[in-house]
Amino acid sequence: MALIELRDIKKFYHLGGETIRALDGVSLDVQAGDFTSIIGPSGSGKSTLMHILGCLDTPTSGSMRLDGMDIHDATPRQLARVRGKKIGFVFQFFNLLPKLNVAQNVELPLIYQGTSGRSRKEKAMQALQLVGLHDRAGHRPSQLSGGQQQRVAIARALVNDPRIIFADEPTGNLDTHTGEMILETFCKLHQEGRTIILVTHDPEIAALTPQKIEIRDGKIAQNVDAKLAGKESRFKLSTSSH
Amino acid sequence: MNLLDTILVGIKEVWAHKFRSMLTMLGIILGVSSLVAMSALVKGMENGMKEALVAMGGLEKVRVEAQDDLPAHQKHLTDQAPGLLMRDIYALQSGAPLVKNITPIVEQHGYRSRINITYQNKRARPWRIYGTWPGILDLEDHRVEHGRMFNEIDNEMARSVCVIGVELRNDLFGDPEKTGKEIIPVGKVIQINGQPFTIVGMFEHYMTEKERKEKELARLEALKNPQAQVGVIRDKGRSGSGPSGYVFRLKNNSVFIPLQTMMIQFRAAAGVDETADPKLSGIYMKVKDIGVLETALQQIRNVLQVSHNGIEDWTFRTEEDLADGIQLTISNFRMSGVIIAAIALVVGGIGIMNIMLASISERVREIGIRKAVGATTTDIFIQIIMESLVIALMGGAMGLAVSIALVQSITAFTPNENNPVITLQAMVFAFGCSAMVGMVAGMIPAFRASKLHPIQALKYD
Repeated sequence: MALIELRDIKKFYHLGGETIRALDGVSLDVQAGDFTSIIGPSGSGKSTLMHILGCLDTPTSGSMRLDGMDIHDATPRQLARVRGKKIGFVFQFFNLLPKLNVAQNVELPLIYQGTSGRSRKEKAMQALQLVGLHDRAGHRPSQLSGGQQQRVAIARALVNDPRIIFADEPTGNLDTHTGEMILETFCKLHQEGRTIILVTHDPEIAALTPQKIEIRDGKIAQNVDAKLAGKESRFKLSTSSH
Repeated sequence: MNLLDTILVGIKEVWAHKFRSMLTMLGIILGVSSLVAMSALVKGMENGMKEALVAMGGLEKVRVEAQDDLPAHQKHLTDQAPGLLMRDIYALQSGAPLVKNITPIVEQHGYRSRINITYQNKRARPWRIYGTWPGILDLEDHRVEHGRMFNEIDNEMARSVCVIGVELRNDLFGDPEKTGKEIIPVGKVIQINGQPFTIVGMFEHYMTEKERKEKELARLEALKNPQAQVGVIRDKGRSGSGPSGYVFRLKNNSVFIPLQTMMIQFRAAAGVDETADPKLSGIYMKVKDIGVLETALQQIRNVLQVSHNGIEDWTFRTEEDLADGIQLTISNFRMSGVIIAAIALVVGGIGIMNIMLASISERVREIGIRKAVGATTTDIFIQIIMESLVIALMGGAMGLAVSIALVQSITAFTPNENNPVITLQAMVFAFGCSAMVGMVAGMIPAFRASKLHPIQALKYD
């Protein structure tokens, strides 16, 4: 059974009397252990797709199962629980809380799981160790570089040991070199067996991932772009994932 | 999310905006402190008034007083009104079994009747001079400290003896607080309007609870360093001020002489036809049991109706009227205090609501992040309520501290016998109010924050 099953997902917005078909019948499967990129130009609906996959939003119609659970008719409370237990997010703008230090930021998802204080600290330190930032636990996000902040965000996404990690343009706000390091981290996580979905508009980043889904006008493009399929990535990663 | 974490997050958030939170708390601080201070003032007033009530003889005391103005329908009978006479005493003694210690009083107003007391070259003017029976001791809650009260024989033989209050002694023989030695004037002969009277007794110094404490304190201090003050305690002026202190001062400035003596020495030539005026100013008595006050009053009324041929030239004064007055005054004060405090608390609550609304609109993104990592609607709701509660409770705690300081400074600056008393009850109530204000004020902001959609919140800049 696939980790995520999407069947004929539609998401419509009503904007000034006009219906915008952000997603118009998307069906796809994501298997456990996949490293999938969702690619498409801006406005194609890829962010909407990621929000629905990440249980941040519910579809207008269609069915979705995540890890054996029906998501399409879940209550907001159930969605919050799923987000807390099974999903980790990495955002383009890091989205760390500036008033908390690095360790506290990483602990955040555990707080809402009701994890006790001591085991929260342990798990947070383990997650920080994975991204190599355990020596910065007491720093504020503002004292870190962009790449370090994104690694903290990755640690936060990992801390509750989620079934799947979503990354929305994780390198969009970083320079090429730092971006490479972040992508390398994701590849490493993939090799450790984690399921990752990476949203990007950059074909060269998408070329790094074994699975690719291209979204155009709210639908999955039937054939992945030829130039995308044969693309050689400009990123030279030490740990190549294919 | 467990409660302790939520509270910690709330405290951190308040701490992160110290100045803003402090300003917000101000409303609650004012509300709580005014609530506690007001209740302390009212409590003090209540204590003072109750003290005065006891000093006047307690609730059981009933006074029948002569009334010159007859009711409208009896105006034409004015010249037939007998007034209160000794025969009323005897009638009551036999006809009103529910009352005891029926005592006649002839009262002279020291200032109105220009009564002078002299001793050698010293002169004093008593507030009241009473001709009465020894039973007045119990009725007026008097206690003779030195010498004795005049007795029935003194009365029967119309002896020229008197018992005086402490302040009259101070005027005539010197104040021990000023001279440093106490003179007990028992046996001394003074002149009351030129007629010699032997002092047979002196009452104790009546004072309010507060004066008593101050005296005790001063005495202890004098004991500690005897060099500083050799028995002379600083002059605090006359004892008692304000409405309830009056009762104590009145008692300290009174002279009591036997009824017969009063009749013979001060009344003999008073009437227009040169016969003595036999009228009493009042009849004091005590109800045997406070539970039968109404029945006892009816008995007195029945007896006096008969002995006065139905002419109502007398009236009742019970301390219950006074007690009711006290209750009314106190509940009025309490009401106005509660209204002021309630307004302050409401304003404080609005302040909290305002700042919480501002706070969540600048933290939309934070709320989005929290929701994305698994916070439920309830988690966010509780978090915001907690922050509001933390502000309100800190304000409440500070308000309690401020109220204690406030009450102490009130006591220090305006000393009177109605010392404000802070009760635990008032503090608990005020603190509870601040908690409730925090909850209610946090409701709308918390609801708004919890309803934010995670995606919109994350996109928000």
